[in-house]
Amino acid sequence: MSIRVEKIVKRFGQFVAIDNVTLDFPTGQLVGLLGPSGCGKTTLLRIIAGLESADAGRVFLEGEDASDTHVRERQVGFVFQHYALFRHMTVFDNVAFGLRIKPRGQRPAESAIRERVGQLLDLVQLAALAQRYPAQLSGGQRQRIALARALAVEPRVMLLDEPFGALDAKVRKELRRWLRSLHDALHFTSVFVTHDQEEALEVSDQVVLMNHGRVEQVGTPTQVYEHPATPFVYGFLGAVNLFHGWVQGQHLDVAEGRLPLNYGNFPAGTEALGFVRPHELDIATDLADPSGFVAQVERILAFGSTARVELTGAHGEPRRLYEVELSRERADALNLSAGQRVRLKPARIRLFPPEQVAEVSIRILGGLGTQKATH
Amino acid sequence: MSGAVVSHWVVHSHRFETNAATREPAWVKRLLIAIALAFFALFLLLPLATVFAEALRRGWVVYFAALTEPDARSAIKLTLLVAAIAVPLNLVFGVAAAWAVAKFNFRGKQLLTTLIDLPFSVSPVVAGLMYVLLFGSQGWFGAWLLQNDFKIIFAMPGLVLATVFVTVPFIARELIPLMEAQGREDEEAAVVLGASGWQIFWHVTLPNIKWGLLYGVILCNARAMGEFGAVSVVSGHIRGRTNTMPLYVEILYNEYNFAAAFAVASLLALLALLTLVVKSVVEWRGQQQLSADQEAT
Repeated sequence: MSIRVEKIVKRFGQFVAIDNVTLDFPTGQLVGLLGPSGCGKTTLLRIIAGLESADAGRVFLEGEDASDTHVRERQVGFVFQHYALFRHMTVFDNVAFGLRIKPRGQRPAESAIRERVGQLLDLVQLAALAQRYPAQLSGGQRQRIALARALAVEPRVMLLDEPFGALDAKVRKELRRWLRSLHDALHFTSVFVTHDQEEALEVSDQVVLMNHGRVEQVGTPTQVYEHPATPFVYGFLGAVNLFHGWVQGQHLDVAEGRLPLNYGNFPAGTEALGFVRPHELDIATDLADPSGFVAQVERILAFGSTARVELTGAHGEPRRLYEVELSRERADALNLSAGQRVRLKPARIRLFPPEQVAEVSIRILGGLGTQKATH
Repeated sequence: MSGAVVSHWVVHSHRFETNAATREPAWVKRLLIAIALAFFALFLLLPLATVFAEALRRGWVVYFAALTEPDARSAIKLTLLVAAIAVPLNLVFGVAAAWAVAKFNFRGKQLLTTLIDLPFSVSPVVAGLMYVLLFGSQGWFGAWLLQNDFKIIFAMPGLVLATVFVTVPFIARELIPLMEAQGREDEEAAVVLGASGWQIFWHVTLPNIKWGLLYGVILCNARAMGEFGAVSVVSGHIRGRTNTMPLYVEILYNEYNFAAAFAVASLLALLALLTLVVKSVVEWRGQQQLSADQEAT
């Protein structure tokens, strides 16, 4: 069961929520729609479900045009962020709802309904709670019931709108893993919306990154993380250290100094912005080392398997901020202390032309404005 | 809606009481309670007791005679009949209006919400007069109604119209905030599962609003049975024909027939007290559901 949306446009007054989006969601895959709030991801999901109508464009389910089909007939499963369970019905009745309201001709016998609901409750591992009311369940249990309820009518596609958004961190991680294993067992085509990049990367077969109502990149989690197509994707999928400068041969000349480039498809003399992930920066305690640039250690956050080091630059006012991620072993070996001056050495720099970066400001350390002003 | 506020308050005031740091001095507490109780006794309890005392002063026989007298019986019947027509009409209107305001976006939504309150701000006498000016023999539709031999003013339809007008806000006012707070997600979940509009209303919306709806119906009914001003203007006070209980009480009183006047009044008061009891039960149940919902979120 595949989904295709074609040239979808949606406006709310002056605000363009979705700007000419065309996407394919292949059969049997779990696709994550990822982006900051207001990027149009939920609106797109609701348009696929039929809960919202597009101003232009078509929605195809299984190759057939479903744009004018009523929600009721689209046979989609929808899971809401706040569960939307019917509070006056027991868990059992909630799951049975979709079957019981079917027109008489299509409605299964009550015994068949009981059997099916029983199976679904087993599937979500909550059979013991069949006679409880939603108010008596935890958030995680409620969302599992909501999923069982959606699955009851055998939807052609499953749409999940920030399904774990209202849960606390631990339950969220658990449910993520559970959703993935459920998907691996049933292989329903599903689209889920999230603003949590970790969640999207961990759960999805494919990630669609959206920003300002447009698709920035589509790819597997590894593809989008390792080869971000745009500065937005780079910035959204993790913390970034930013360097503004001019390409000179195999180097990027920036305020901090001269940084080596390991690939060069930028002609010499071009203005460029270099992106470096925290784990791609290394720290050298030998200040006589000619490579890299000098910075001062501000804070060391050492817990878990990695250590994060926050540093400020030696150049410019206000001071630039850098973030470095090291393995614990490396951090222990360096034996850093706050206030210490060290050299920072980027292992890998990814370049983007500055005009592409102009509207991106998500999680870029140090701030773009400051960087430009100090150069 | 009011229920939520009350329960919230009870919890808070209790916490304030037990905490020495926020507790008021004992004399403040006692003084306030004394004022409230004295006021209640003097202005509410005493008059109410007087109604029953006066009604029964000449004994049960006179009391029951006053209530079973044909004019009284017809007034009771008419009051119940008017309420039985007006309340369901407002029930339909109230649910429709609340649904429209809470679940749809349309032009003039703000205007509709404001206009629903109009009967609260207009004097009931004006409400009655409006209908006289519209349907009275000198009114806009008067000639046409006369030709077709259809009586509205000084007849039952006029009483119903006036009552409906006065009691329009109760149900809608009760439901709008409730439905707005509940949002559309439950309905959306149902429609995605394949439910028709009617199934959604019956299985999802109605159970969600039932306590608020019942509360609105009770208030609406209380007002419908007790309404005096608007009804008085359109009634014509024809004994045995267009006199409702409140109007009949006034007539008896003006005729110095105090025992009968108080007897009918006591019956009205009893209806009001009964309403109050039912209202409290509904409120209590609604609150229980509300706290269950709040636990849920």
